[in-house]
Amino acid sequence: MKKSIAQTIGVHKESYLLMTPYMIFFLLFTILPVVLSIVLGFTYYNMIEPPRFVGWYNYIRLFLDDDIFIIAVKNTLFFAFVTGPVSYLLSFLVAWMINDLSKTLRSIATTVFYIPTIIGVSVFPMWRLIFSPDAYGYLNGMLMGLGIISEPVAWLLDKEYILLILIVVQLWMSLGISFLAFVAGLQTVDRSLYEAGVMDGIKNRFQELWYITLPSMIPQLIFGAVMQIVISFSVADVSIQLAGFPSTEYAGETMVTHIMDYGSIRYEMGYASAMAVVLFFMMVFTNRLVTKILQKVGI
Amino acid sequence: MFTIAQKKSGAKARRSLAGNIAIFGFVAILGLFSAFPFIFAIITSLKPLDELLQFPPRLIVMRPTLNNFTDLFQLASNMWVPLSRYIFNTAFISVVGTVLHVLFAAMAAYPLAKHKFPGKNLIFSVIVMALMFVPQVTFIPQFVLMSQMNIVNTYGALILPWIGASLGLFLMKQFIEQLPDAILEAARIDGASEFKTFFSIIWPNSTPAIMTVVIFQFINLWNYAPKELIFGESLKVFRMALEQIVAGDPIARMGAGSAAAVILMIPPIIVFVLLQRKVVETMTFAGIK
Repeated sequence: MKKSIAQTIGVHKESYLLMTPYMIFFLLFTILPVVLSIVLGFTYYNMIEPPRFVGWYNYIRLFLDDDIFIIAVKNTLFFAFVTGPVSYLLSFLVAWMINDLSKTLRSIATTVFYIPTIIGVSVFPMWRLIFSPDAYGYLNGMLMGLGIISEPVAWLLDKEYILLILIVVQLWMSLGISFLAFVAGLQTVDRSLYEAGVMDGIKNRFQELWYITLPSMIPQLIFGAVMQIVISFSVADVSIQLAGFPSTEYAGETMVTHIMDYGSIRYEMGYASAMAVVLFFMMVFTNRLVTKILQKVGI
Repeated sequence: MFTIAQKKSGAKARRSLAGNIAIFGFVAILGLFSAFPFIFAIITSLKPLDELLQFPPRLIVMRPTLNNFTDLFQLASNMWVPLSRYIFNTAFISVVGTVLHVLFAAMAAYPLAKHKFPGKNLIFSVIVMALMFVPQVTFIPQFVLMSQMNIVNTYGALILPWIGASLGLFLMKQFIEQLPDAILEAARIDGASEFKTFFSIIWPNSTPAIMTVVIFQFINLWNYAPKELIFGESLKVFRMALEQIVAGDPIARMGAGSAAAVILMIPPIIVFVLLQRKVVETMTFAGIK
């Protein structure tokens, strides 16, 4: 027998009521703007005149008529497939390694590794000081002192080095929310499973990790993977703050800096929205892929 | 008791000494890299002007001074809105935005993790996918909506969108899912309402997750300074004010700038240090007998 909608809601009334306060804010301030952005992707919109419908024009222009977009896609994929997996593995590895420490040491270690996420935005000027292009820059000063280079290198202006430095700084900031979720997740694993594991013949910490810890932490592993995908596909701040906006010959351009270029400088919101939609599908696709891989954990 | 029994039986598999040393070395090196810019920022903020301009630059400070900090407060005292007002704004936004977000997100995460009802999977995947749409684009329609609601240039513009953020709900749902169903059964047998079950069972057993969300949300809000949303001077946040001061005086930029950076870092670090104890604390589920 099929129940009417009213009946269904009636039965699950408490579930829906619990979700209501959150959903009001979520729908109004997150979903509605996303839907509007997707619609804007099919328009020309300069924020002064009303949007004008242009069909698929923005998407055609992206792939056929925007060379810098192609650079941006390449750089974004580079970040996504280098810093993404490295930060993910590092976040888990460090969280797992410090889990054996005493509580006080674990607290100190957690703080040390989370500090970059806390101070990230405040500390960009420090990185600029380190990589400063003249001899007053710390890196130049040090390398010249050691006789490795004879003249100062403009690290953040030279397209040979830009991407490399951005990756180093991005990795520095990368033990963020997924690391913290892993630390918390390791505390939530049911302790009795470890005892049972010893009885079942688990010999060393790696077997314990693969057969007990990882399978118990699937929810956190999924969370960490999604966050890492979102973070590494939307690298932008590091590039703007360190390499400039735009960077030398667009060497540090990413999809999000390109979106910001069109959205907040050229006022072509329709075009910027179309790019956001492309980026969205890239992330959704990667997420599908990673979810498939995570299903193999502990087998 | 549960915890004591576990300690006595040595619940974990054997650890080799070589493994311990290798792991310690790796963590120590990575930790140094992680903490370096923070230490560097503090050292720079303590340098007198001649050491800031010294060639070749040195990583250590020879004659530490608080001049940069006094300079910064000197500059700040010239503003017509007192600095305490900006600090209050930032603190208010961070606290209200964090408390409402973590409470509402946890309430919504509970049915998504533990109940069965139509639309559940769809709702959850929409929430996760919303994370993948970059805020730099949705900001514009969001701004238009907020100006229709007449909340631009109020605290509401800074706080309300954060209450419905995806991240907290996603994280809470993942953790609540991990809670053993056994802890819910006692409440169900007593015939407690779902609201009561949430507040008496789910909430107290989710401390690590709640604190993780609180830390993340608080730090994000603390660092949040969208110039487009706030233009009334008395509504501006601490970060905007400090940036204005430093930008206004190019000579002071180097010294006072690093002092400003250090001052902005300290409160969220204190919040983190206080709250992280609850994150790293091993959970023993209340209610399991």
